[in-house]
Amino acid sequence: MSTEIKFNLNGNDIQVTVKDHWTLLYLLREVMGLTGTKEGCGSGECGACTVIVDGQAVNSCLYLAVELNGRCLITIEGLAGPDGTLHTLQQKFVEHGGIQCGFCSPGMIMSSKALLDENPTPTLDDIKHALAGNLCRCTGYTQIFESIQAAIDTGTEDVEVVAWKNET
Amino acid sequence: MGTKQKYSTVGKRVPKLDAIDKATGRAQYIQDVKLPGMLYGKILYSKYPHARIVNIDTSKAEKLSGVRVVLTGEDIPNIRMGVYKDNPPLKAGKVRSYRDEVAAVAATEPEIAKKAIDLIEVTYEALPSVFDPITAMQPDAPLVHENHKTNILKMPWKLHYGDVETARKEAAHVVEKQFTTTWVTHCCLGTSGAIADFDNNNNLTIHTNTQIPSLAQKDFQETLKALGIPDKRVRVIKPVIGGGFGSKLDTYAYEHVAILLAWHARRAVKVLFDREEEFVATSTRQPTIIDIAMGCDTEGRLMFRDINMVLDNGAYTSWGVTTPSVMMMPITSLYRVPNVRYQAKCVYTNNTYAQAMRGYGNPQATFAIESAMDILAEAAGIDRLEIRRINSNQPGDETPQGFKITTCGLPECINAVEKVLDIEKPKTKGEGIGIASLIHVGGGARIYKSDGCGAIIKLDDFGKADVFTGASDMGQGADTVIAQIVAEQLGLEVEDIHVIHQDTDICPWDVGAHASRTTFVAGNAALGAAKKIRSRILELGAELMGITQTKLDLRNRHVVAQDEPEKTMPIGKLLRKAHFSHGGTMMMADFFYDPANENMGRDFRGNLSMTYAFGTHGVRLKVDEETGKVEILDYVAAHDVGRAINPMLLDGQVHGGVMMGVGYALTEQVILEKGRNMNPDFRDYKILTAKDAIPLTPVVIETIDPDGPYGAKGIGEPGCVPTAPAIANAIYDAIGVRILDLPITPERVLAEIKKKKGVDSCGIDPLTEKEQPC
Repeated sequence: MSTEIKFNLNGNDIQVTVKDHWTLLYLLREVMGLTGTKEGCGSGECGACTVIVDGQAVNSCLYLAVELNGRCLITIEGLAGPDGTLHTLQQKFVEHGGIQCGFCSPGMIMSSKALLDENPTPTLDDIKHALAGNLCRCTGYTQIFESIQAAIDTGTEDVEVVAWKNET
Repeated sequence: MGTKQKYSTVGKRVPKLDAIDKATGRAQYIQDVKLPGMLYGKILYSKYPHARIVNIDTSKAEKLSGVRVVLTGEDIPNIRMGVYKDNPPLKAGKVRSYRDEVAAVAATEPEIAKKAIDLIEVTYEALPSVFDPITAMQPDAPLVHENHKTNILKMPWKLHYGDVETARKEAAHVVEKQFTTTWVTHCCLGTSGAIADFDNNNNLTIHTNTQIPSLAQKDFQETLKALGIPDKRVRVIKPVIGGGFGSKLDTYAYEHVAILLAWHARRAVKVLFDREEEFVATSTRQPTIIDIAMGCDTEGRLMFRDINMVLDNGAYTSWGVTTPSVMMMPITSLYRVPNVRYQAKCVYTNNTYAQAMRGYGNPQATFAIESAMDILAEAAGIDRLEIRRINSNQPGDETPQGFKITTCGLPECINAVEKVLDIEKPKTKGEGIGIASLIHVGGGARIYKSDGCGAIIKLDDFGKADVFTGASDMGQGADTVIAQIVAEQLGLEVEDIHVIHQDTDICPWDVGAHASRTTFVAGNAALGAAKKIRSRILELGAELMGITQTKLDLRNRHVVAQDEPEKTMPIGKLLRKAHFSHGGTMMMADFFYDPANENMGRDFRGNLSMTYAFGTHGVRLKVDEETGKVEILDYVAAHDVGRAINPMLLDGQVHGGVMMGVGYALTEQVILEKGRNMNPDFRDYKILTAKDAIPLTPVVIETIDPDGPYGAKGIGEPGCVPTAPAIANAIYDAIGVRILDLPITPERVLAEIKKKKGVDSCGIDPLTEKEQPC
């Protein structure tokens, strides 16, 4: 069974036909070739596939693609500006050692963005809570926390960057 | 310590070179690589821990539309993997563990491959199994490998230096205990996978997650030889690797299966593990049963250490079986101990088999040694820090195993932990403090005949350098450290340096990313090549600028006259002149660095590493005596690192290592029930989450090692070595119970609390038969 859905992807309105059993992760990686979103477990345990749907961080491996209809999706590919300028969170993860092997990084950054969009001045406990579903085996998390705290310190106006939009 | 010398990039918190690609999702892992026409491979595993394969019927699978190849152990030539060559990639005749590969399929879609696997019918005849190494050593135990005649591997792990028996008689205090450690696994966030692809001349290109590109090349060549195509080229391409930690130090069935499927399909074939496979079919840390006896004189000076160990080898033999060679290091050389005896037996069982994992045996051995140090200190009535100071290694020591200790910051590490953790601070009820130290190789490790690594540096016309290294970056930042070293030598910026480490067709030889050797060995190789280029730039600069070479320096992308700062020449301009002229010269240099360390002899003596890394960890924790739960309140990890070439990446290694060590101590275990993995997912295998992150202060002790690149030692593994004993010691300090088995789960702590109180696990006093309050 297939369904035609319309949604906003990283600022662009798009229309695709999806099979009803496809996960959002499958749609992104296998159909649209957006491989920035990673699959670490396929069962919602590791958070590597985190994307933002209507402001909420979700595990795209557990989210059915048809559910996207009418919604707004942001993936890791939508954070940096069209000229390559990194989103503040990406910049801070780079500068503060928040990235080692990098496999968890896109999901980590998306969960962090969903947190800061909702709460621009989270406490360390808020950060830990928001990242509780994103596993990292390399960093021990501390430098990830420091990266997010550095992003907070740069001010909310930088942090609230939404995905860029193609001028069409 | 440290020197006053100023460096422009060495010692700076330089971000990882590949961090932007990883932050933006551009980095390509094996999951992201697709080749045109690629097929998808899938492996069928055994349904029994030990059984004869009576029959395999693949006919239904072969008929499924989209299936291109079906292979069983009967269809493949004689290929043997592992140290002992006891492991074919597809098993014929018999399976010896649940993770045994029985058949494999290549199909046009992953779903079809999966369906085909389910259609393969295997008839087994179950055999008696053995899951416990002690039972497996009995003469009547079922044999895992009949032709091996016994389950005890014929490995030579036995040493005796000095005279342990006499020392034991003369010792004033002796302690004796048994410790056990269990299976834990790497949990790389990126699962394992490989893509094999043959060209029409039967040369193989394999994209695979490996820490040993050059050695893997040889293993794959053996497989080609078995297929009847010797002397073909094997190109190993490493995509970005989603975590290593030792897991990629051998070649595995899935890689050889990908090659076999691709060979038969004449198409590229990808085999990619799902998370459950990653848990079930990759190798673990080696579990151990450790009997330790240790004694000191009346002053607390160690007199002997005597260790007997049994290791569950599992059904096949990968590097796990050689971890006793590394365990020898802490056993003979952590603290000064004149008389040492050690014997280890590795035993075949029908369990999963073990591999290398961060620390390579050192965490298991150090758990026993450092726990026993505290028990001994108490028996001798000596303060726990004091006994470690009395026995501390010192520069200039030669240990009983022949390790030559050059720089040694162990006393400073102990002092730092005492100070930063504020050990004298009063403790509340249930609070305790524990410390433990470590020794590890810090200057390579001569495991093979060579401990070498090559580097090639090529400069372009514009002052940018390509560095081709044998090093393997798995996320630890090897490429960044190499770039810093080269930039420092050539007066360039880190962003001018492009490090290439992904491809055996391009990169020079290396024995692999193990033993915390990359910064030291690959760093020295890059330094050697950079020094050669530097002197050629200076030579040419002297000629072009008319200034004596010795008065020139390279900095800020320029050749500069030291005494006349206005006289400068951009390095890019100099390079153009070098290339674009009659009799021009190619600005390229290579260097092969093989450290002057030694292989261990037949008696296991030999200076294994050029230098040794030391460290001390201290932890303050609180035990909830009602629940047995341990909460870490403060943690200090002091490491002698030689020099911190990149303090940010160094901290990252320490934070990551300690958290892996805390998991090893408290939460992580692969639960095998009669050989079957009962917790193959992140819900039930508990790696620590963001909520479990601990307050950790890394302390860097710089001893500027004369042999290290800019004085650096390796630091990849040490972070996870002394964590478990530090925590066990703190629990004893807190509530007076000694936990001897890992992981230290709340259940274990509670059971010990109850045992101490003389009540059973239900809290009932066996004498009065009344329930006792906890």
